Amino acid sequence: MKEKQPWLVRPETIRLLWIVFIVILALTVLADFFVHHHGHYGIDGTFGFGAWYGFVSCIVLVVFSKGLGAILKRRDDYYD
Amino acid sequence: MIETSVPPGLVLLFGAFLLPFLSGTIRAVVALVLPLIALFLVWGVPDGPALTIPWFGYEIVPVQGDALSRVFGTVFTIMVFAGGLFSLRQSNRFELAAAYAYAGAAVGVVFAGDLLTVFVFWELMALASTVVIWCGGPNAWGSSIRYAIIHLLGGVVLMAGIAAYVTETGSIAFTAMEVGSVGTWLILIGFLLNVGAPPFSAWLPDAYPQASWSGTVFLSAFTTKTAVYVLLRGFPGTEILIWIGLYMVFYGIVYAILENDMRRILAYSIVNQVGFMVTGIGIGSEMALNGAAAHAFAHIIYKALLLMSAGSVLYATGKSKCTDLGGLFRTMPVTCICGIIGALSISAFPFTSGFIAKSLISQSAADDHHLTAFVWFALTAASAGVFLHAGIKFPWFVFFQKDSGLRPPDPPANMTGAMWILSALCIGLGIFPAPLYEILPYPVDYVPYTASHVVFQLQLLLFSGLAFFLLLNMLKRTETITLDFDWFWRGLGKALGREFDWRTVAAWEALATRSAQQARRFVAGVYRHHGPRGVLARTWPTGLMALWATVLLAAWLIIYYLR
Repeated sequence: MKEKQPWLVRPETIRLLWIVFIVILALTVLADFFVHHHGHYGIDGTFGFGAWYGFVSCIVLVVFSKGLGAILKRRDDYYD
Repeated sequence: MIETSVPPGLVLLFGAFLLPFLSGTIRAVVALVLPLIALFLVWGVPDGPALTIPWFGYEIVPVQGDALSRVFGTVFTIMVFAGGLFSLRQSNRFELAAAYAYAGAAVGVVFAGDLLTVFVFWELMALASTVVIWCGGPNAWGSSIRYAIIHLLGGVVLMAGIAAYVTETGSIAFTAMEVGSVGTWLILIGFLLNVGAPPFSAWLPDAYPQASWSGTVFLSAFTTKTAVYVLLRGFPGTEILIWIGLYMVFYGIVYAILENDMRRILAYSIVNQVGFMVTGIGIGSEMALNGAAAHAFAHIIYKALLLMSAGSVLYATGKSKCTDLGGLFRTMPVTCICGIIGALSISAFPFTSGFIAKSLISQSAADDHHLTAFVWFALTAASAGVFLHAGIKFPWFVFFQKDSGLRPPDPPANMTGAMWILSALCIGLGIFPAPLYEILPYPVDYVPYTASHVVFQLQLLLFSGLAFFLLLNMLKRTETITLDFDWFWRGLGKALGREFDWRTVAAWEALATRSAQQARRFVAGVYRHHGPRGVLARTWPTGLMALWATVLLAAWLIIYYLR
């Protein structure tokens, strides 16, 4: 008999989690309407800076890593 | 508080030698009481030199206290307690002893008032930690040797630096130094080697993950953080440290993104986290130095927690690669929850210890108007990257991801207990930062919990999380490692060796063939002359002798006649 999957990994739960996640993301950005950021450099005090800066940083890091990996990756028994 | 001048590290150092001879409950009690005694002694050390010994005209100061020493002494001893509790079931009798000696030496460094004492404990630390790695089993052998060589080499550089420095200044006191002379540069290089600075960062992810499930927990805490301490004490405000720190921050992220082994991911993330501290030391303002110390304090706790979580998984499954793991939240809920708490702390989520510590460093970068804006933007991008490479990656690939089919139970109570204690500290310090801020070297005038800061941090981290799940396909794990500078002492040597080997074999074969040919020719020559048919072995007939005698006589007659 197939083991019953826990609540957390059922497709409908994952759908729900995505919805909740997106709502929270939207709320943190919308909070910028009510919170005054006093940035040190100008741009860091603008609307939604943390959101897009975090997102873009991660994409740049991942793409850069993939590029580096293409050159430097080896099978994990390389040194054996 | 009672003032004592007992070196707090010695309690652990000597206590360690008891441990292999004890067993059962007594061993457990001793293992847990020793760090508590050491913690008590840490707080008994008065400000200033507590013990001085004259030695060949120099003043050796084995115990000297101040706020900075106490911050590190406190977290080190707390760490030993939690690590000891976690490791009680380690079947290798020597590992815990080596780990305690290692921790004792680390505590020795942070209370050392002079460079010679620093050096002695520094080397003891290298030796004891090598033994901890050895205890990881036969696979750990190669790594432990590489580890020992690098650290002993670092020790030589450090000793040379100290010798030059002492000749120059005539003092062995360990105080803030200006880089410039040969001595101070060598000391700085010796310290940087232990901190995991480039190009030698690779010793850390090479060696630490080879230790046992419990050994890595100890290793993560002491060597790099003792190095952070000596940099804080010796080289505050040295600008080059900013750039070294930033390199380490991004090195850790990039390599961890590419890594498959969960404990190697966490090892790369040590380099990343220590990079934040080194950057703070380079910035050098009071707030930045406070931040580096606070971050070291918080980091030791959450990194040990993360490695305990990973160690529990290894203990329960014997597996360490993300490609083999996944879906463990089903049967290891405690390990999973504690791992997530550690992961949130390392990512500096609000209400965790990472948030109240790391923000001191970022804020100090923003407040320093001489500093280029790049530093702040880089640190902020790196904070996003921490969530990506450690904060989500570790829990996701180990506890969720796919169903690996593994159904291991949570580890025994002493191990979950240790994880709960550290989890409580992570959240406790996050919600009540005052006790930590209180013991930092400089007065803290900073409020981490402003609406602006919390919202900013949540945006940064949650959108990093979004990036992680959107890029999940690019982050899928493969059974690979990523080459690093250590190729120069692992791969290059081997490649040269192989090349050399090939040529030697060819030369040897040529030499052997030629020698054999010559020997054969010699034997054939001897055989030709002396063999059964050889000229010199023939039996000569009597007639031939008579003929030769006649020839001789005739010749003699002719010569006689001619005269």
